[in-house]
Amino acid sequence: MRVGVVTFPGSLDDVDAQRAVRLAGADAVPLWHGDHDLKGVDAVVLPGGFSYGDYLRCGAIARFAPVMTEVVAAARGGMPVLGICNGFQILCESHLLPGALIRNDHRKFGCLDQTVRIENNSTAWTTAYAAGQEVTIVLKNGEGSFVADQHTLDLLEGEGRVVARYVGANPNGSQRAIAGVTNEAGNVVGLMPHPEHAVEDLCGPGTDGLGFFTSAIVALQNA
Amino acid sequence: MVSSSTDTAPDVRLDTVAVAGTDPERDQPWAALGLKADEYARIREILGRRPTSSELAMYSVMWSEHCSYKSSKVHLAQFSEIPQVTRAGKMLAGIGENAGVIDIGQGYAVTFKVESHNHPSYVEPYQGAATGVGGIVRDILAMGARPVAVMDPLRFGPLDAPDTHRVMPGIVAGVGGYGNCLGLPNIGGEVVFDATYAGNPLVNALCVGVLRHEDLHLAKASGVGNQVILYGARTGGDGIGGVSVLASETFDQSADGSSGPAKRPSVQVGDPFMEKLLIECTLELFAAGIVAGIQDLGGAGLSCATSELASAGDGGMHVELDRVPLRDSTLAPEEILMSESQERMMAVVEPADVAAFLAICEKWEVDATVIGEVTDGDHLQIDWHGERVVDVPPRSVAHDGPTYHRPFARPADQDDLQADGAERLARPATGDELRETLLRLVASPNLCDKSWVTDQYDRYVQGNTVLAQPSDSGMVRVDTDTNLGVAVSTDCNGRFARLDPYAGAQLALAESYRNVSTGGATPMAISDCLNFGSPEDPAVMWQFAEACRGLKDACIELGIPVTGGNVSLYNQTGETAILPTPVVAVLGVIEDVTRRTPTGFAATGDRVLLLGETREELSGSEWAHVVHDHLGGLPPQVDLAAERALSELLVAATGVVSSAHDVSDGGLAQTLAESCLRHGVGVRVDLSEVAGGDEFVALFSESAARVVVSVSPEDEERLFELAAEHGVPITSLGETRGDALEVTGAFGVPLEELRTAWTLTLPAAMA
Repeated sequence: MRVGVVTFPGSLDDVDAQRAVRLAGADAVPLWHGDHDLKGVDAVVLPGGFSYGDYLRCGAIARFAPVMTEVVAAARGGMPVLGICNGFQILCESHLLPGALIRNDHRKFGCLDQTVRIENNSTAWTTAYAAGQEVTIVLKNGEGSFVADQHTLDLLEGEGRVVARYVGANPNGSQRAIAGVTNEAGNVVGLMPHPEHAVEDLCGPGTDGLGFFTSAIVALQNA
Repeated sequence: MVSSSTDTAPDVRLDTVAVAGTDPERDQPWAALGLKADEYARIREILGRRPTSSELAMYSVMWSEHCSYKSSKVHLAQFSEIPQVTRAGKMLAGIGENAGVIDIGQGYAVTFKVESHNHPSYVEPYQGAATGVGGIVRDILAMGARPVAVMDPLRFGPLDAPDTHRVMPGIVAGVGGYGNCLGLPNIGGEVVFDATYAGNPLVNALCVGVLRHEDLHLAKASGVGNQVILYGARTGGDGIGGVSVLASETFDQSADGSSGPAKRPSVQVGDPFMEKLLIECTLELFAAGIVAGIQDLGGAGLSCATSELASAGDGGMHVELDRVPLRDSTLAPEEILMSESQERMMAVVEPADVAAFLAICEKWEVDATVIGEVTDGDHLQIDWHGERVVDVPPRSVAHDGPTYHRPFARPADQDDLQADGAERLARPATGDELRETLLRLVASPNLCDKSWVTDQYDRYVQGNTVLAQPSDSGMVRVDTDTNLGVAVSTDCNGRFARLDPYAGAQLALAESYRNVSTGGATPMAISDCLNFGSPEDPAVMWQFAEACRGLKDACIELGIPVTGGNVSLYNQTGETAILPTPVVAVLGVIEDVTRRTPTGFAATGDRVLLLGETREELSGSEWAHVVHDHLGGLPPQVDLAAERALSELLVAATGVVSSAHDVSDGGLAQTLAESCLRHGVGVRVDLSEVAGGDEFVALFSESAARVVVSVSPEDEERLFELAAEHGVPITSLGETRGDALEVTGAFGVPLEELRTAWTLTLPAAMA
């Protein structure tokens, strides 16, 4: 199983995402923003960071990177795609996911161990979890407040497309405490918190994040 | 720099070497550039003529206090008496390089350094702090290392002072905004408040980098015909004179901040995205093996990079300055030479490798321009559109700056200060009073929870963070296969250094050394950032001299070298200097990070013990500071033999103890509180065997060389054996239990009450 991890100029958590993929049992394949080539991978992770320095608007420039043409086409064809933090922002800018991420309501960057509840365990990236399971992973962002219009929010809730929700105090002002959403088909998931920082007991708050990556591998094996 | 011209006069707008010959007595703005009359005379003597305006610009920045260490170097020289070896052998690069490099085994080497960015951060907090991070990261990168972690020791005026509310949020956001965007975990540091730092905030920045032995790169330009390439950001008008008029003077009118805005153009503006590209691009250039020499551009910009590279090589370099890519096309050559625009590097490359070099830069979308070459002469020659504007021996700029033997004298009030010990202060007598004292101290600015600051930093990126704040030290994994790792801590208690700068500097080193050991790492080397007031004050110079002497003696006794560091002087407002603040960073090595000792009680039922001896040492303590606003007496006794024995015990006890936490600011009371609050595990202790049974002294004395450990009952005997082998006093305190901090026979505090007191202070002040 081959999972691609895209590096944009300014990507930071690409090595972490590659490590998480390997720990989950797949081969991690580095993909370069400037290439029109997915190198035959079976799934793609868009990692966290500050692609293009977050200039203009988070994810707004990365969405035009050559590799995104291929990622968007593959996602529409059903390939599992996970966007983490900046990757989530890029997926929203690419219109693969609804809504947008704006500056935290407290106006500061925040890095904390965050508990989220898995609301939908039937996406390509969440089958390893039980519905309603609470997991602790890392949240770190300056612009992580999820917003959408009321109609879209109601639609997401009604169709079960809220993948994860913050537990406890809302850490960034996200509407309805939404931490992650999926597309209609369930193959594309955007997450503001970072599961790739919770895959080893040694570094980070436990191993609760590993399930996101093992889920995709299982989904691909069963496909 | 611009003179009026008449119809008959030659064009003097460009001051060239030729013009200097025809117009030898022109008035030059040496004083406005921060030079002294004798320094200007010395430049004329070196050159045998007046300098051109470009040469004057170069000398003014390179001979500044910040770059030349002219007041401090006679004292720093004694660090050369410290053997340049660690437990792992000879240092791979020592003081004088961008950063020292030490062997950590398995073919790996580590480089680390701590630097100041104090003055810019007062004038423009966000950019000052941000570019402080950027500068130290490029220093580490220039050694051939991949930066793997940063830390920031920060010091501010009183938490309730209005200017602290301007300075602190900006500095914290700047550290986070820049470091987070580089993908470097911030794993520790300090946040300290004291009245003397009002108007003189201290922003020190540390970076650690890792490299393979064979990848070490040194800053030198040798090999005639090799090309000099400037790459990274374009050069702009920011940061002109940052090292001279900004970093090397006090702010005389700055009590109300009024001189700040006027100096703001001397502060650089950072672009962390550019720096991230520069890091990845530079590491790829190293991997390709096409870098013959490299230097980062920081303080003094091109003046520093060209003169240092040339003087470290064969001496000759020719630069065509008009080739430098500019953000502002109106910049004059003097300004280009002085600009401290960030995110720039200079490399020396063999002609055959230039095409490959430029291709890698293009891949990373980094501008790169050949601006000169190494020559067989012994002068640094710089041309501007074909006319020679600089022709100097590079060593005279980079290394032959003035040396001052400034007068220093023990301050007249030092005896009175030391005679006024904390013994006379009123103490809490009853259990209830001890309880109130504990709650007041944990809520005080220096002892309270610092999450408001550290939660703004990414501590997880790169996935190798084993320990981070609020642990005693930060620890990162270096090799995922072998689990080799390094740990770093920075410490300094400025009040102790005020009471006795010799002992205070040693206590800073001892605490940092102990903190690294607490996690289970073996201390290997130190870097220091010496922050002091004006060197023109003999009392300050005495503090500086004493601190240097103390550090040298302690390094020799502990057997650890100084790998490098930085001096920041003129941290002074009017007559009031900051507390002498010799921040010491210690780097340690741990062969297997999975055996690290965490901070904080993890489970109930563990035995809790105190390692080390508690004396009645309250002078300079947080208790005296918070409760009595008192500073006087003598600091705690320094016992480096005890520190060393304790350190070796802690390393031997990894895997035996379940947690360990250093006892320092706030004493045993603070250590117990923090150990409980980390995971919400309570403790009951009996202090009758500590400090002769005086519970107040036991709780609040700040005796050094002490650590609290917890151990499972079955491992307790083994711990006693190890302590006996190492000759470290060990005292049973009690056991972890319940959800309160209880001192038998005195008081108890529910952890929730303790946590509320500890956590509310910073958020409430910054709300």
